[in-house]
Amino acid sequence: MSKDIRIKKGLNINLVGAAEQTTIQAVSSNVYALNLDDFHGVTPKMLLKEGAELKAGEPIFHNKNEESMRFVSPVSGELVEIVRGARRRILSLKILADKEQVYHESKPVDLDKVDAAELRETLLMSGCWAFIKQRPYDIIANPVKTPKAIFISGHNTAPLAADVDYVIKGKEKEIQAAITGLGKLTPGKVHVSVADTTTSPFGQINGITLHKVSGPHPAGLVGTQINKIDPINKGEIVWTVSPQDLVIIGEYLLTGRFNAERTVALAGSSVKSPKYYTTKIGAEVSTFLYASGVNEEKFRLINGDVLTGYKTKPDGHLGFYNNTVTAIPEGDDYELFGWTKPVFNKISSSRALTFSWLNPKKKYDLDTNTNGEHRAFVVTGGYEEVFPLDIYPLQLLKACMVKDLDEMEQLGLYEVAPEDFSLTEFICVSKQPHQQIIRDGLDLLYQEIG
Amino acid sequence: MGLKEKMHEIKLKYQGKKMAPAFNAIHTFLYTPNETTHSGGHVRAVDDLKRTMNTVILALVPCLLFGIFNTGYQHYSAINGFPESFSIWEHFITWDNFVLGAITVLPLVIVSYGVGLLIEFIFAVIKGHEVEEGYLVTGMLVPLIVPVDTPLWMLAVAVAFGVVIGKEVFGGTGMNILNPALTIRAFLFFAYPTWMSGDKVWVHGAVERAGTADAISGETILGYLAQGNTQEMYAKYDLSEMFFGFIPGSVGETSAFLILLGGLFLIFTKIASWRIMVSAVVGSLAMGWIFNLIVDFGWIPEYSKFYGLMSFEFWKHLIVGGLAFGIVYMATDPVTGSQTNKGKWIYGFLIGFLSVMIRVFNPGYPEGVFLAILLMNVFAPTIDHYVVRGNVNKRLKRLKNATILPDTVDGAAAELKAETV
Repeated sequence: MSKDIRIKKGLNINLVGAAEQTTIQAVSSNVYALNLDDFHGVTPKMLLKEGAELKAGEPIFHNKNEESMRFVSPVSGELVEIVRGARRRILSLKILADKEQVYHESKPVDLDKVDAAELRETLLMSGCWAFIKQRPYDIIANPVKTPKAIFISGHNTAPLAADVDYVIKGKEKEIQAAITGLGKLTPGKVHVSVADTTTSPFGQINGITLHKVSGPHPAGLVGTQINKIDPINKGEIVWTVSPQDLVIIGEYLLTGRFNAERTVALAGSSVKSPKYYTTKIGAEVSTFLYASGVNEEKFRLINGDVLTGYKTKPDGHLGFYNNTVTAIPEGDDYELFGWTKPVFNKISSSRALTFSWLNPKKKYDLDTNTNGEHRAFVVTGGYEEVFPLDIYPLQLLKACMVKDLDEMEQLGLYEVAPEDFSLTEFICVSKQPHQQIIRDGLDLLYQEIG
Repeated sequence: MGLKEKMHEIKLKYQGKKMAPAFNAIHTFLYTPNETTHSGGHVRAVDDLKRTMNTVILALVPCLLFGIFNTGYQHYSAINGFPESFSIWEHFITWDNFVLGAITVLPLVIVSYGVGLLIEFIFAVIKGHEVEEGYLVTGMLVPLIVPVDTPLWMLAVAVAFGVVIGKEVFGGTGMNILNPALTIRAFLFFAYPTWMSGDKVWVHGAVERAGTADAISGETILGYLAQGNTQEMYAKYDLSEMFFGFIPGSVGETSAFLILLGGLFLIFTKIASWRIMVSAVVGSLAMGWIFNLIVDFGWIPEYSKFYGLMSFEFWKHLIVGGLAFGIVYMATDPVTGSQTNKGKWIYGFLIGFLSVMIRVFNPGYPEGVFLAILLMNVFAPTIDHYVVRGNVNKRLKRLKNATILPDTVDGAAAELKAETV
């Protein structure tokens, strides 16, 4: 059964430097790293010491508050460094990879026979659980709770993001296995949304409810789809998984191996020849960045897309959940009368001597300049034009800022993740950090209410 | 070394010092800062608050220019008599009109900006935050909504009051409850009522000449109507004069035509809310129409002091007085107005409705738009509250059908059964 979701409110941010659809095998990285910031809200408890030898898929640490939730190594090798920050907080784990990769082998799962509890246990132990995120709170799913439904977005509308259909092509078998498995963990439906224009590999998958989405960004964000299909109420849990992570889960279920390989889009106007690379979670970004070449010296390297990713460096490592790496020019320069002169080369949501409305298809080369200073909220009505959820964005942001828990709950904080506010942040005239405000609000709510 | 590098060096030198906000205000006026994104998304749209405010100022410039010429025109016409066959190039856009208008109006602009920005800078330095752009628009609005002969010291006192009490005590731009420009106008009105009303303040020179042989009158159209002199008013001004603005009144509010163009520009640029403008126009037409009906039914005798204004055709309210100016430039202030789209409809409608009502029933001063907007500023948060409650209630209603599932216990094969709350 297929249902259509049409998104009208939103904004497509067309940038130059989209990845060309050719895939190259990236050279293997010497050192792989797990960035602990990827696992928001997880307090790591190390299972291994520095210098320990490990296989690919072998657990390195578990969640202190939920010991069955393990996190595994993407490669085999030696745990060379536990990088710690202030108060000995673990920042990242570095693994020196072996030349010959050895896998931590487990028994493949028989999906016809396995029951929910056993499957849950398997996913937790194998490290695959980390790919399952839950809402509310936008954190790794709590294994104690049962989701009312699972949502998968097979359509990526974020600027320069990897094309979902392209990166999962040929992986139908793994995806089917993952869907069949995850479907056992919920009494509800598995909702998958795909673009209405293409034929997605999800078309051949059984056991899902397929939705076709159309419209501008954020049509592809799973939060938008949840809100339109089956919004979250207080007390309800939904899970979200990204299609590429389904491939890893599926492969584990079929073969018993944790294969951290994935196809990553390298994009952005600072990249000479943007294209796709096959690499592994935690690989050093320079292993494929310089294969494509960079256009300028000063660029911002982003783990993820330009709206939701985080800053990294060429010697940084591919994030656990990312399948896009973007490089755009740094904009740390002044611009004479930039606030008043007519603007043709930047995107605007207004028409105040800005002319991006003339040609919505035009591609822009944006840099990281904020184009103005941080101010109190002044302008109203703008966010609603790019925010398709049935939520009052300005009021919710303000509730988060004043830490009014009741108001946060009532206005629908349970339904959102920081990424849902990436577009309102982009157009914000007052240059407020919307995603950070929402993240802090979610953390506070989690801490106070759980 | 260019200006850019020099300013950058001074900025680094002043960083963290008391005077930094004052310098930065000037620096960011010349150059958009070299700030890059450091949290959340890595790119930002080009619009900032300076551009937003600047767009409103652009929309106000025609009104200011018209006000300058009109000041001269009204003054000379009051002395020499109105021209028999009016020609815009011969009688209105003349050097004499401009010179007289400029030396009368520009001091108002300078005092308004000078006093207001000085206070903004002082507060920014004391509180250590950046100078915010809110006053750029307020400072331009103020000279346009006061009578042309307002003494400069009165204006200075009013601006100081408006900026400090109307805005800074609440925390500055974005935090105020009342529109600062209207707070200033209201202060003038209530502190110096004899100056702000009557028939002497609307035309330059009328006050000085009062009681002498050269006395001139500068009654506004609403003034005529309030006194029941409808015939006299029509003898003096025709409809096109009212619409294009060749009439006495506050400096920038007379030309409904230019205000209409400004309003369309603000709607096109998406800077001001079209919802507020449209609903305010509808609201004022509705109230005016109700008054017209009352007159048509004969419920109001002709000798009533309200007869003149109540019998005024409902749509003409929009082209005289400050109603159009208030709707376009002040009701749409996003900080003090309603913040939800639904709320904006209600807010705008009530502003139009109340403006005409107050205009008709105000015994001392036949104008109501600034009082109506201030009143609705106070009620805007209440309107928003109920609109937002609507969304909250929808969510609560949905909650009744929530699927809350039992926890799985210790990995045991818990029954996955939906439980309805």
